[in-house]
Amino acid sequence: MKRELICISCPIGCHIQAEMTAAGEVEVSGNRCPRGKAYALNELTDPKRMVTSVVACASKELPFVPVRSSAPVSMALIGELLDTLRALEVAPPLASGSVVLSDFKGSGVNIITTRSVKE
Amino acid sequence: MKELNYDVVVIGAGAAGLATAEVTASAGRSTLVIDRDDFAGGVLMQCIHNGFGLHHFKEELTGPEYAERLESAARNAGAEFLLQTTVMDFNLADNENKELLALSPEYGVMRITAKAVMLAMGCRERNRGNIGIPGRRPAGIFTAGLAQRLINMSGLLPGKSAVIIGSGDIGLIMARRLTWSGIPVKAVVEIRPFPSGLTRNIVQCLNDFNIPLYLGHTVSKINGADRVESVEISPLVDGVPDSSRSFTIECDTVLLSAGLIPENELSKRGGVTINMTTGGPLVDAWRMTNIPGVFAGGNVLHVHDLADYASDEAALAGRHILDYLNGKRPGREFPVAAGGNLRYVTPNEYIPGEKTQFFMRSLIVEDDAELIVSLDGQEIMRKKLRFVKPPEMLSVEVPGELTARGGQLSFALNGGGR
Repeated sequence: MKRELICISCPIGCHIQAEMTAAGEVEVSGNRCPRGKAYALNELTDPKRMVTSVVACASKELPFVPVRSSAPVSMALIGELLDTLRALEVAPPLASGSVVLSDFKGSGVNIITTRSVKE
Repeated sequence: MKELNYDVVVIGAGAAGLATAEVTASAGRSTLVIDRDDFAGGVLMQCIHNGFGLHHFKEELTGPEYAERLESAARNAGAEFLLQTTVMDFNLADNENKELLALSPEYGVMRITAKAVMLAMGCRERNRGNIGIPGRRPAGIFTAGLAQRLINMSGLLPGKSAVIIGSGDIGLIMARRLTWSGIPVKAVVEIRPFPSGLTRNIVQCLNDFNIPLYLGHTVSKINGADRVESVEISPLVDGVPDSSRSFTIECDTVLLSAGLIPENELSKRGGVTINMTTGGPLVDAWRMTNIPGVFAGGNVLHVHDLADYASDEAALAGRHILDYLNGKRPGREFPVAAGGNLRYVTPNEYIPGEKTQFFMRSLIVEDDAELIVSLDGQEIMRKKLRFVKPPEMLSVEVPGELTARGGQLSFALNGGGR
């Protein structure tokens, strides 16, 4: 099945048509450079996104602390990750970069705070 | 009344103000940063998504991470902060001592004097009144940034299903944020024939979730008595809504992402001249306003695509604040004008013979455009620009030797015809 993609590797934003062949190769057209092919390959096989959200925080300063994934997360796992974060509560003091969830589902990705909370 | 005196007072502790404060405090100038919020960082603190810092820190960061780095740098350099403090009034006429009246719950009314003032108040969102959407006035209509603050800082959800008006970046980011928070986004409606936001945000915030983007459409009516119940959407034909093809989408929440306006009420009180096109102060090559010793940078000057650019511009203003405090002056400057296909150019003046970086915004979408720079009507420089569009700010550096003789510098964009 042909997929229509817009490459986001640079501001040009090539419109790419990409298809997985029976041999497991990716056939692309519309890209102006090799980065377009690499982008299409990732999008067709295991698309990943950075996840940012907030986690409840038992703090006087801030009821919710912002968090992010330490690396991009497989899109297939994002729904479950967000549910897990919704159920989580952390307590200060927290330096920015504190791990609040480690190695989510064996993906090697940690969830870390992006703001420090003193009390 | 508490009386304070500093070399530099920076109004606003966001991406711009923090960058200026780091520069002036590092040079040993006493620097005070004032912000009305409970914390420094400005709007960055609610922008929990990534995509910040690639230019300024050469590393991808979220908004709060970017802000904390800037704040630490400013504090480590010796800048002082007054938070929960609002500047109420200005007396900028005295060149030596500019006087500010500020108010805070801790100190009440304060009189603060400074040798130089940096305007870094940022911008605010256009609201329903600004864009004039007809219909009833139920609850459930928010600017995108307000909804962002509610969700990301207060942990409050604004509703159960949403339509977003305008395809600016904050609106796109919020489409993903709402979806990830369990609030389906039924549509994004953009009045222009092209999206206002960056392509990466169209892809990762709309396409990832199959959220329809209606280009060349407008919300012709908001329905609902106490709470929003639905919106009516109409395609635009020659700029007029075609009611024969209107359709209705049910939702209880409407978010507006319809542009930003530099926040200059305070600047106007102080007698700062405003550029009617950008809504920001008119500034010279130093980013100094018409009032000597009063500078501006970041979104208060013109709305930037990236926080990084706002910080860079404000740091540049900071370096010229140091020049100013050291007794230097820019000397004779000449005017800068935006010509064909450009909405504006900043700065509005230049110093002949000095290399200057100019920033401008296109009015057109073009694959192959040419930027033509002229001095008193005579072409001095030409630059090919690929993939020009209004949401992406253009910049060009004009070498000093080309402008040595002075005169009016004008910029124009030639479209190749898409």
